[in-house]
Amino acid sequence: MIDLSRRKLIVSGLAAAAGASGLAVAAHLAQKYGLVPPDHGGIYGLGETLTYASQRVLTRHSLAREFPRNKISPRPFPNELAPLTEDFKRLQAGGFADWRLSIDGMVHQPALFSIADLKSYPPRSHITELACEEGWSYIAEWIGVPLSHVLHLVGVHPQARYVVYVSMEPDTWDSIDMADALHPQTFLCYGMNGSDLPVAHGGPLRMRLPRQVGYKNIKFITRLTVTDSLKGFGNGCGAVACEYGYAWYAGI
Amino acid sequence: MATLGSAQLPAQGSVASSVSTGPVMVLAPRHSALVRVTHWITTLCFFALLVTGIEIVISHPRFYWGETGTVLTTPLFQLPIPSSRKLVPTGYGYVLPDQNGWSRALHFEAAWIAVLTGLLYIISGLLTRHFRKDLVPSKADLSWRALLTSFAKPLRFERPSAAEASSYNGLQRLTYLFVIFVLFPLVIWSGLAMSLAFASALPWSVTLLGGRQSARTIHFFVSLALVLFLFVHVAMVCLAGFWSRTGAMITGRTGTRKEHT
Repeated sequence: MIDLSRRKLIVSGLAAAAGASGLAVAAHLAQKYGLVPPDHGGIYGLGETLTYASQRVLTRHSLAREFPRNKISPRPFPNELAPLTEDFKRLQAGGFADWRLSIDGMVHQPALFSIADLKSYPPRSHITELACEEGWSYIAEWIGVPLSHVLHLVGVHPQARYVVYVSMEPDTWDSIDMADALHPQTFLCYGMNGSDLPVAHGGPLRMRLPRQVGYKNIKFITRLTVTDSLKGFGNGCGAVACEYGYAWYAGI
Repeated sequence: MATLGSAQLPAQGSVASSVSTGPVMVLAPRHSALVRVTHWITTLCFFALLVTGIEIVISHPRFYWGETGTVLTTPLFQLPIPSSRKLVPTGYGYVLPDQNGWSRALHFEAAWIAVLTGLLYIISGLLTRHFRKDLVPSKADLSWRALLTSFAKPLRFERPSAAEASSYNGLQRLTYLFVIFVLFPLVIWSGLAMSLAFASALPWSVTLLGGRQSARTIHFFVSLALVLFLFVHVAMVCLAGFWSRTGAMITGRTGTRKEHT
């Protein structure tokens, strides 16, 4: 027995129409304000988009929790490393004096930086937690130059939307949006707990963004590309991790 | 509220009852459409969250208390299971395949759907007085005697009385309220506290739980409590009659014998 009145039909019709147009408006606004992640397609796209959009709205300027010095973990756990390449070992033998970070893409002045160049800028540090998506975490002091400092030096085009960062490790790269790239705690990190960054932790240069989980904090950074689209990189979802099923945005 | 349809056909309701004589099965309303829809969406999400949650735990089956913890620190406890990461010491000679990518994606997507569904349920439950009418126990329900009886009867495999087909006893009401207003909020809170970005916006959400690793451990135990609830819930449904109770949650109606005069 279906109890379907005209009033119910009209009300539910109106609700469906409002819902559909509401969704369309929401999708348009989300695109406009950069709330749609590059890996928004597929069956998990809904979850990825809801997480990214809500965290961007809620956390665009918030700072990761910082800890007092006595909370630094005595034995920071360096996760598994792929075997080091011959190129890496050669640079390591030279004390990384020949290590270069290149910056290209949508910048006014593409440039090359040595580790010494990066260390010549005012150093910054924060004592923050590195948390792995697996569940473990430790606290360390991270020393480096804010990525925003280097981006200002090379001059970023106003239409830039992402910074792609590439590791010396084969087939290892990732990307972040400008909110994270310009965030004051996002470092090109060359030091840890008062010394140079150990190789096991990504030395001589690691991307450090304490508001996203460990796998976004790629080790052995050699190249940055500023871009307005991730279409030309890998399969277009913004990171090599996505190609293994991991989310591009990992603030959760 | 009279609908236009029934107003135009006033005789319809009396036709069926005038034909039958003696006791008949009639279908009494049991669960509202909103309760039924949200129940089954939550069921689907719960299974997705459980399976993917287990997958994620396998990558690090160690639990800690406080802010930090790694394989280099002493755990609070470690589950005696193999791991999907070779750097975790488990005592097993093999490493399971890494399934964290899709597990995390599905975990968070199911969490979103479950939370939005839960919000819809809570708001409508307050507006329609569902909680007050169907779940808040009466004074009489709350006597120790009544609660003990409700606890002991299923343990003796006694089927619930006919009256309980259309309502819940005090113990069931307290349990549902505890799950809806304590366990679900706690599992959501401890889950969100593990989000680095969320914690950057609301740092007290982690501090109040005792740190990031404490939040993870709490998340694990609350999930265990929810699984325990699920087992008892399904056992009670089976005891009361699986098809009639499940049918009531699908069709919204429950069969009761009624004498006609």
